Amino acid sequence: MGMTIAEKILAKKSGLPSVVPGQIVDAYPDLVMSHTATWRSVTVMEKVGATRLYDPDRIAVVLDHIAPAKSEKNAADHLKCRNFVKKYGIQKFYDVDAGIAHLVLMEAGHVAPGDLIVGTDSHCTIYGSLGALGSGIGYTEVTSVWITGKLWMKVPESYKILLRGSFSKGVYSKDLMLHLIGSLGADGCTYKSVEFYGETVHNLSVSERMTMTNLAMEMGVKCAFVPPDAKTREYLAGRIQNPAYQEVHADPDAVYAKQLDVDVSTLQPMVACPHEVENTKPIWEVEGTHIDQVFLGSCANAKYEDLAVAADILRGRHIHPNVRFIITPGSKQIMLEAMKTGVLATLIESGGTLTNPGCGACAGDGGILADGEVCLSTANRNFLGRMGSNKSSIYLCSPATLAASAIKGVIADPRET
Amino acid sequence: MEQEIKGKVYKFGDNINSDIIIAGRYLIYIEPDKLAEHAFEMLGESFGSKLRNFQILVAGRNFGCGSAREQAVTAIQGLGIQAVIASSFARTFYRNAINSGLPIVECRELYEGVTEGDEISIDLGAGEIRHKNSHYLFPRFPASMQQLLECGGLAEYLKAQVK
Repeated sequence: MGMTIAEKILAKKSGLPSVVPGQIVDAYPDLVMSHTATWRSVTVMEKVGATRLYDPDRIAVVLDHIAPAKSEKNAADHLKCRNFVKKYGIQKFYDVDAGIAHLVLMEAGHVAPGDLIVGTDSHCTIYGSLGALGSGIGYTEVTSVWITGKLWMKVPESYKILLRGSFSKGVYSKDLMLHLIGSLGADGCTYKSVEFYGETVHNLSVSERMTMTNLAMEMGVKCAFVPPDAKTREYLAGRIQNPAYQEVHADPDAVYAKQLDVDVSTLQPMVACPHEVENTKPIWEVEGTHIDQVFLGSCANAKYEDLAVAADILRGRHIHPNVRFIITPGSKQIMLEAMKTGVLATLIESGGTLTNPGCGACAGDGGILADGEVCLSTANRNFLGRMGSNKSSIYLCSPATLAASAIKGVIADPRET
Repeated sequence: MEQEIKGKVYKFGDNINSDIIIAGRYLIYIEPDKLAEHAFEMLGESFGSKLRNFQILVAGRNFGCGSAREQAVTAIQGLGIQAVIASSFARTFYRNAINSGLPIVECRELYEGVTEGDEISIDLGAGEIRHKNSHYLFPRFPASMQQLLECGGLAEYLKAQVK
């Protein structure tokens, strides 16, 4: 019987010729990532009395949440991470200057097609944009993988999502994902692996694919994939640390628990309304909603292309006087590129304020909302109180919808700018 | 781990996410007591202290969805909650619960039948929930998970392995 991508990767990483959904395997990840939560995993390591790591080269640490430190407690936590990587000779360490772990690790070439990657962040699913199986785990489990090199994993059933057609103007992969999350629900793909296929995906940039596999988490997936193709190879060329990687593709007779067909040409800009990502509406239903702040950031939509899309709309214009515009580039590399091309200048001239690369306001670091305030954000979560007061509200959208709305001071349709 | 857990139920709805269970600003803590002080704070300042009067949480679909933060489980344990039963769980919460030694059971039928304040008992050994005159069966944990729960979680298990 043929295997899906998730089945093949899990079989390979657990040394088995084949696996079936439901089977529990002991898998050896290629990479275990942890972000600022690393200090917690170090604390567990001390508590259990372990002094040896299975393989320091399989460990990556990136300080992205609450970075640079905002308090003495944060500073002490960060120091603990730095001391840990020094002590154990961990080379894949990125300090507070680098940006959001997921984007940094992909940019630095630490993520290869066919890899199994686990880490202290639910949005590890983003690695599937390059054909790697990424999945979130807790910090204690990260310690366990550091020490033992392995973890038990249940082989998920797979869903196949076939995408047809081209996006119309003003519609992006963020809108597609909000549409899917809205129709399938926040648990529509719980425990499942999702594979995206079709001409639409082939035509999408790697950046847009990252948004897809990142947002797939909000349907509950264990992992999500865009099968590697020429665009993936182009992205990896010159950056991949392990050029001997092997792409993993599903067998033609692989078995899928469900298949969905979506014609993306009929999609409109979408917005996720408070306080759940599945609470999505087409733009016309929420146009005119008052906003106080817009946040262009997060691992979902703060890549170079995302900043450029917003800049194209904001060029030569100014945001509404009642709106605060926070720009948090996903990584240092993205920020540098946006500086060189003038994208950053455009965003700042339009009225934006620039913060250091990292998770920023998405993780409640800066840009806190007061009672009654409304934020329109390109992030991936709009949960109650996530950005501050439990009487504030968060709406989620694409960078284009964000830019169009910032100008008008209310939620606005990017097709009308 | 107690094989039999008895207590009063608090009932939640669907999609209770881990940001609601413990807000991101408190992830600077890992201690159950400190996290419990702020557990479910988003639902009201006294919400967490109210939950201290209950021993078992029952919820609808997708409990613990969102962030992979392990402290969502720790905060619940800090409140003195001894088990969570839901129609379904998000996978990271499920994994973190087992790794933290918090018994966790999927049972949609109980969710539909139970009301806040009801007394129920969970027999982990037998894979059975008892509520009034009803019995609900659930698959017992596989041996490896049972072992983790018995140790009190993954850290304790690792401690024994490292020795």
